[in-house]
Amino acid sequence: MTDLPTSPYPALLVGLPVMMAILSLFFRPRGKAFLGLIGCLLTAVLAIFAFVEVTQLGTVIHRLGGWEPPLGILLRMDALAAVFIGMTALVGALISLYAWRYFDAQDTSTDGFPLFWPLWLFLWAGLNGLFLSNDLFNLFVTLEVIGISAVALAVLSGKAGALVSGLRYLLAAITGSMSYLFGVALIYGSTGTLDLEMLGQVLEAGPATTFALLVMTLGLMIKMAGFPFHFWLPPAHSNSLAPVSALLSALVVKGAFYILLRLWMEVFGVSLTYAAGQLIGVAGAIAVIWGSWQAFMQTSLKLIVAHSSVAQLGYLLMVFPLLILPSGVSAASADWLSPAWTASVYQVLSHAFAKASFFLSAGIIVMAVGHDRIESLRDLVGHMRMTALAIGLAGVSLIGLPPSGGFMGKWMLLKGIFLSGQWWWAPVVLVGSLLTAGYIFMLLRLAFAPTGEKEPFQPVPKRLEVFALLLAVSSFLIVLPADYLIQFLEGSEVFGSGIETVLKGGAYGNN
Amino acid sequence: METTSFLPVLILISSLIPGVLILLLREEQVALRTSLNLFGAFAKVAMVAWAFFGYMRGETYDFIFSLAPDLTFALRLDALGLFFAALSSVLWLITTVYAIGYLDKGPHQNRFFAFFSLCVTASTGIALSGNVITFFIFYEFLTLSTYPLVVHKGTDDAVAAGRTYLWYTIGGGTVLFLGVVGLYVVAGPIYFGQTEIIAGLISEFPTQLSILFFLILTGLGVKAAIFPLHGWLPTSMVAPAPVSALLHAVAVVKAGAFGIVRLVYDVYGVGIAEEMNYLAVLAVFAAFTIIYGSVRALYQDDFKKRLAFSTVSQVSYIALGVAIPGALSSTGAIVHLVHQGIMKITMFFAAGNVAETYGYKKISQLNGMGRRMPLTMGAFTIAVFGMIGVPPAAGFISKWYLGLGAVEAGSYWVILVLLVSSALNAAYFLPIVYRAWFCEPEQEEVPRLRPGRLETQALMLIPVVVTGLLSLAAGVFAAVAGSPLSIAREIAEKLYLL
Repeated sequence: MTDLPTSPYPALLVGLPVMMAILSLFFRPRGKAFLGLIGCLLTAVLAIFAFVEVTQLGTVIHRLGGWEPPLGILLRMDALAAVFIGMTALVGALISLYAWRYFDAQDTSTDGFPLFWPLWLFLWAGLNGLFLSNDLFNLFVTLEVIGISAVALAVLSGKAGALVSGLRYLLAAITGSMSYLFGVALIYGSTGTLDLEMLGQVLEAGPATTFALLVMTLGLMIKMAGFPFHFWLPPAHSNSLAPVSALLSALVVKGAFYILLRLWMEVFGVSLTYAAGQLIGVAGAIAVIWGSWQAFMQTSLKLIVAHSSVAQLGYLLMVFPLLILPSGVSAASADWLSPAWTASVYQVLSHAFAKASFFLSAGIIVMAVGHDRIESLRDLVGHMRMTALAIGLAGVSLIGLPPSGGFMGKWMLLKGIFLSGQWWWAPVVLVGSLLTAGYIFMLLRLAFAPTGEKEPFQPVPKRLEVFALLLAVSSFLIVLPADYLIQFLEGSEVFGSGIETVLKGGAYGNN
Repeated sequence: METTSFLPVLILISSLIPGVLILLLREEQVALRTSLNLFGAFAKVAMVAWAFFGYMRGETYDFIFSLAPDLTFALRLDALGLFFAALSSVLWLITTVYAIGYLDKGPHQNRFFAFFSLCVTASTGIALSGNVITFFIFYEFLTLSTYPLVVHKGTDDAVAAGRTYLWYTIGGGTVLFLGVVGLYVVAGPIYFGQTEIIAGLISEFPTQLSILFFLILTGLGVKAAIFPLHGWLPTSMVAPAPVSALLHAVAVVKAGAFGIVRLVYDVYGVGIAEEMNYLAVLAVFAAFTIIYGSVRALYQDDFKKRLAFSTVSQVSYIALGVAIPGALSSTGAIVHLVHQGIMKITMFFAAGNVAETYGYKKISQLNGMGRRMPLTMGAFTIAVFGMIGVPPAAGFISKWYLGLGAVEAGSYWVILVLLVSSALNAAYFLPIVYRAWFCEPEQEEVPRLRPGRLETQALMLIPVVVTGLLSLAAGVFAAVAGSPLSIAREIAEKLYLL
């Protein structure tokens, strides 16, 4: 660990948004928004620089205040973290630009709306911190920061519906955190360390470890709305303001997934069994089918988009059974690991771009028509070409049709499924795609249909449409650097490895 | 394979870029839109011609872009691909001219022409694909880019047809996806023409490869409208005439048929496909579809619907030709890719001209139409004779080779299918010709929806005359070097000699 190159970026990526958030609190609404936007753009630029540095130097670290762990806090940015941070930067920057114009157009800028900016900056700092953290307790802290700012953002509109669903969201978030913290305490009690890497080496299989794994996984599943803990997500995401919904669905849930991935791959190898992988895979499979079906049954645009998140997150869970290797199979000989990893990364990326775009488009439609019942989409193509195109492109990416990022995810997932011989997951992927096509094309059909007796479209700032469209287009563009990105990730310790399940609490198979 | 040329990419973007740019234009920028369209269309024809002569000289045009480890985007110009690319680029040019006249001052033209260009990009992409995955990418892209065209009118009918279209094509696409991924897992990346890969694996994985063959065939069969997967085609004829023309002649159904040609000849190889009895199954379905489509066509009074069922039948000639092993029948199949295209596009142009000029959409209204629109109906009549297989029109050549191939392979039942189908073709097409030329019109004076000196607008008249003459010329000059037949024969002979 000590021989890794040091870099200031990890600290800046957390520090800068926090500083800008605090600074903006001292200003009037107008200044708050301005400083907020500047903070967002700076953070994004910083993230891009940090990304480039990791591509050049490999994993970099930063010791806060120069202290060594366990006394000090060590931030660590490897390729996987860099990709997540880069994604947050691109999606975050576009949402911020949208939000700037969006709140302008609301002309109630004296209300609580300007608080969006400091809250979003805190959230961003939390996300960056999460991706960079290297020990269990710091991860808990970042989860809390994210959870609290996310809930505050969710209730920003102050509407009754938002408050009710926000409260549910808060309860779920707290339950999740507590469950996770309980696991952390158990681990610390039995090993005396919180450092991820050290834990990977010293953790021994046993009831305490298994129990800790269980409660931490449960907590994180609640946080990422994994089936059957998805109940809080649709109301929370659909009742928020458009930029907030976009942030919550594109980025916030990914944080919990990221921790889950790291824990399973790097820490709890000793306690994982083939059955555990299958179990989480089943949860994912049900989420895919159930979430898509629910989305198909909804009649309001934002609820469709929100339920679709449940399904899309399900695909992420379906990667886990592929990452756990049957005993006797080494990671080197398991040729499905790389496709499985690629699938998870591309599913995360494409969902982030596509879903953010979708929620931003929904916001535009609410602004133009006044409500988001699906009839509001009638004749969208005739009136708002760009938004119609954005919805179309984002939808296609969610379905997973080529050449979108979602296609890359589904292709790699299916490939991994077949190569690993776990063919029973394949129908789920395909049925999920078909159901997704069902609700996406239901929307597009309306977009082409004649107006009927619908409220007319009010003019909406063009710039909003541009940002939504840019996000949708990005969900396609991410395919272009795939080859490079995968090679970059293969350099990371986690990526490309799997967990060997050894019958009697054997060694951690990471090679 | 490595990149040797950017020409394939240029051929693709000659329609992609106009498509994207037109999407950004304002509706009233007519001149700019038209210039972009025509420029792209001419550029594409020119580049395909250039590539064709280059290919004849022995140049190779490969473009490779690695998307992910062993997921390669590959474009390659081979004889078969160029053949199909030539068809789609020429017909795109002609249809663009037609569409400019047809839509005239109609609404949403930007959207129309943009997706029209994207649709052609997709079908050219299918033609130029160098491997299975690239083919799949464009195949799905085609689905998406044609959907807005099918629902273009925005009426309830059109939207409902779009829905049917999507369910079929997305469903088929999903099955194809499964097959393609499976093929990747079993056999790794396959470039078209590398039939030795499957040949080497077939004894090890006979069941898997057979299942995959039929999965892929099913996915392709949806677009090729093979019974029982044809349901979307007659429904989607609600689309505007230029769209139907392009859909039926070159874009969608041909993508499916072309895919079947690729699957059998360039992925599995004829030898394996025959040995494993895949071809026998395909032959049965194709033969049944030929008869079924014709029978259904008999009962349609709606002009375009009759044409649509005729397409169901005619496209399966291609599949049938592929399914009969032998160089002669594959010549018939490959040449029919082109012949059916020019004949059917002529018919849809003619139907569009009648509907736009007089508002007649039913066959029972066509009495005396030959006198009112002699050029249109003349071209239509040529196409009809071609479809029936009367020498020397284009369709005769296709059927002749299919028949010869059947004799060569000893599949005499195919001759029977060809005869029955020709009789049926005559039975549902000739009444139209008869009405047009030999029946008295019911009313003497009918108001024209599109007034003008010519029988209809010049931009709609010229294309139909051109394609009508082309479908005659393809038959008359079949023996001349450079005719579709000569090229098809070369491709087929190469296939069987190697």
